[in-house]
Amino acid sequence: MSRLGKIARRTFLIGSAAVVGGVAFGVWQARRELENPLRPEGDAVTLNPYIIIDQSGTTIIAPRAEMGQGIMTTLAALAAEELDVDFASINVIHGPAAQAYYNGVMMGLSLPFKDYAVTDFQDTVKETVGVVGKIMGLQVTGGSTSTVDAFEKMRMAGATARETLKTAAANQWGVQDFEVATENGQVIGPNGQTLSYADLAQAAAAIEPPAEITLRPASEWKLLGTSLPRVDMVGKATGTAEFGADVRLPGMKFATVRMNPKRAGMIRFDASAAETMPGVEKIVDLGDGIAVIANNTWLAMKAAEAVEIEWEAASYPATTAALRAEIVKAFDTSANSTMRGDGDVDTAIEGATEITAEYHVPWLAHSTMEPMNSVALYTDSSLEIWSGTQAPTIVRDKCAAAVDLKKDAVTVHTTYLGGGFGRRGEFDFAVLAARVAQAMPGTPVKTTWSREEDMRHDFYRPAASARFRGLIQNGKAVLLDGKIAAPSVTRAATMRLAGFAAPGPDKGHVEGAFDQPYGIPNYRITGHLADVSVPIGFWRSVGNSFNGFFFDSFIDEMAHAANRDPLEFRHELIAREHAPSAALLDEVAEMSGWTGSTIDGVGRGVAFTYSFGTPVAQVVEVVQEDGLIRIQKAWIACDVGLALDKSIIEAQMISGLIYGLSAAVQGDITFADGEAQQYNFPDYDALRMHNAPQVDVRILENNAHMGGVGEPATPPSMPALANALFDLSGTRVRDLPLNKEFDFLL
Amino acid sequence: MATTLTINGQSHTVDLPEDVPLLWVLRDEVGLTGTKFGCGVAACGACTVHIDGEAVRSCQVALADVWGDVTTIEGLGTPDNLAVIQQAWIDNQVAQCGYCQSGQIMQAADLLANTPNPNDAEIDDAMQGNLCRCGTYPRIRAAIKDAAQKLQEA
Repeated sequence: MSRLGKIARRTFLIGSAAVVGGVAFGVWQARRELENPLRPEGDAVTLNPYIIIDQSGTTIIAPRAEMGQGIMTTLAALAAEELDVDFASINVIHGPAAQAYYNGVMMGLSLPFKDYAVTDFQDTVKETVGVVGKIMGLQVTGGSTSTVDAFEKMRMAGATARETLKTAAANQWGVQDFEVATENGQVIGPNGQTLSYADLAQAAAAIEPPAEITLRPASEWKLLGTSLPRVDMVGKATGTAEFGADVRLPGMKFATVRMNPKRAGMIRFDASAAETMPGVEKIVDLGDGIAVIANNTWLAMKAAEAVEIEWEAASYPATTAALRAEIVKAFDTSANSTMRGDGDVDTAIEGATEITAEYHVPWLAHSTMEPMNSVALYTDSSLEIWSGTQAPTIVRDKCAAAVDLKKDAVTVHTTYLGGGFGRRGEFDFAVLAARVAQAMPGTPVKTTWSREEDMRHDFYRPAASARFRGLIQNGKAVLLDGKIAAPSVTRAATMRLAGFAAPGPDKGHVEGAFDQPYGIPNYRITGHLADVSVPIGFWRSVGNSFNGFFFDSFIDEMAHAANRDPLEFRHELIAREHAPSAALLDEVAEMSGWTGSTIDGVGRGVAFTYSFGTPVAQVVEVVQEDGLIRIQKAWIACDVGLALDKSIIEAQMISGLIYGLSAAVQGDITFADGEAQQYNFPDYDALRMHNAPQVDVRILENNAHMGGVGEPATPPSMPALANALFDLSGTRVRDLPLNKEFDFLL
Repeated sequence: MATTLTINGQSHTVDLPEDVPLLWVLRDEVGLTGTKFGCGVAACGACTVHIDGEAVRSCQVALADVWGDVTTIEGLGTPDNLAVIQQAWIDNQVAQCGYCQSGQIMQAADLLANTPNPNDAEIDDAMQGNLCRCGTYPRIRAAIKDAAQKLQEA
């Protein structure tokens, strides 16, 4: 490990309470009053919560979880752009768990605004709500918010540090600040003299940054806007990037858990056979499940399988059909929300054609490549935890409560995440690891779930249903009335997090349906919450993942009912509301050579969803070959407002599409006897090399706001595929996954 | 029972039951964590290593059955001394979360050793056992073709 890495690691190990033999300078001025949580050792100096400088160079703290979306690279580039350091030489690490790293944009997502029509006033309200995130110290990676949240913060961190370094040099040389410049980790004086940042850091840390700093305009950017080599790429190509599962500590033991697949408690267990199995060191009674601690993970898993356990019954309906019935019942309950109510959907329109449709989507697992895990070291007075988490402050607080320690006795080290997709925004895997380690004080214990445990103990994307009614007149949609029924992810998550279900209208429940830029004069979306207690959580694009399918599928049905080209039909309705979105349809038409017709054996579908601040249009092409359907090609046009790194954005667009297509083709978690019936990848697979499409991506920058990129490509992918299959076969599928109706190349 | 293995050119003696899969010998006992656990049932390819140059799922090879020299991702190349295929992965910016990529690279290295200039169908055949939930397939394909060209030029 490089010296820098070592310092950064020591920084973590010290935790937030002590300063050991080092200097901790500076308070984060540009965003006042939040304590700098960094406590570097030796000659290292921190200028603010995002920057550490020592003799060997600069370390930038990227306080969002690197789960594949390239966020470390873009966050570091934001700071480096202002700091004037060689990008190839910087070290980038995750931050410790700290309020300083709160996500100010995340909370704003819950406001009932349509992003495409956000006014300046609403932007101000969003910022105010963001303050709530600050107070709660929500250090969360999610909602495709990271770059939007960091855009000013990280650049300001770089700029304030640069200014104090300049002042320190100017003081030393006896010149004025304006006479010095910065370049490549050095301050350059009026006579060409140079001082390295490392030599200036101590003095700079004692200097108050200027109250006002003008950030550099985009025209002067050298890093932002270019496709940078990702800072995590070499590690991930050589097996040296450290995931939670890879953490190794001296004397560490290896554990696994078995919890109730019916998601309830444990009645009794018998571990007598397991106790004498090879490698087993301890069977832990967790009360609601068991853990086996061994000298090898596989031996722990073998022994865990040998434990006989009697589980409590599920608290929710035991089968998929019964669960769906419960969800559909919610249509008859009073609406939780009416977030869009344009015109009057009860109006009678003379000569209009009515169409109606009912849609259903299933439960989905996240199935990250890296099964859930964490490493924990518990003593009577402290807990250290190493975890690939999207929410370090939540992990800290929940682990502290679970092992009865104060939260400042808990240190969280965030590793790389082997996929997140929302699953690692939960804290259950970290808490379980802490509880297991508590059974062996003083010994670090790595708790790794089997794939089966991971898949059957997910916080699933909920099943959801929708009913739509539409009117078409003279080839145009004049009325759209949609009802969404599903359990509330927002309420389930806030219940786990804070112990109460967020009251009031739930935006996440109807996002992707109420907030679409369609100029339909009578347009209403109501949300109906189903009371089903299957554990559910944030799955890449959340409510948009089902509403995107419902809404766009129905638009496609209306287009066909109107006997119109589905792309033109959308374009006409969208152009009235949001020109950048309409431009994406032009773009994707041009990319795909859209003519509105296809030869026999080929089907094409178009879809559009505006989510997380980014409108995305897609065309998917399917071919029928030897009796099987293959997804041959996809075209994506997105508008991110401002593209900070096009290579990363392109990768996220393709990733979001393939994640969505995988679900649309075959994603289906089903229940029997209260248990998920899928255990491993053979039961719950995803697209692979041979059946994933070729993808072309174009990135536009016409939108008024910078949008997110991690999620927005997922929602339109599912209707685009279903629409393509309709084009191919004339069969409209309203109930996912599509492999219930079609035979795909799998 | 003590078993001696040759891993990345080095001899290692491990004392574990002989049915422990090579994957878990590598990760927990030898400390080579570049080889990943994804499914345990040979359905994802994250654990792919080479035995005598052939790509195998290390989660399915019992310690007692290891029939030759083992090469892991760490033995293919290092950050300071990258293998051509690893350089191609970096040049094409393939990895996202990165968790499956050790297995992808080991599988692709086997493909290129046997098929120096693979076409799309050959890439599909060789790589379809390796799952990537981030959907990096288009860049994996590009990196394999890039590596093939670089290896032929070398």
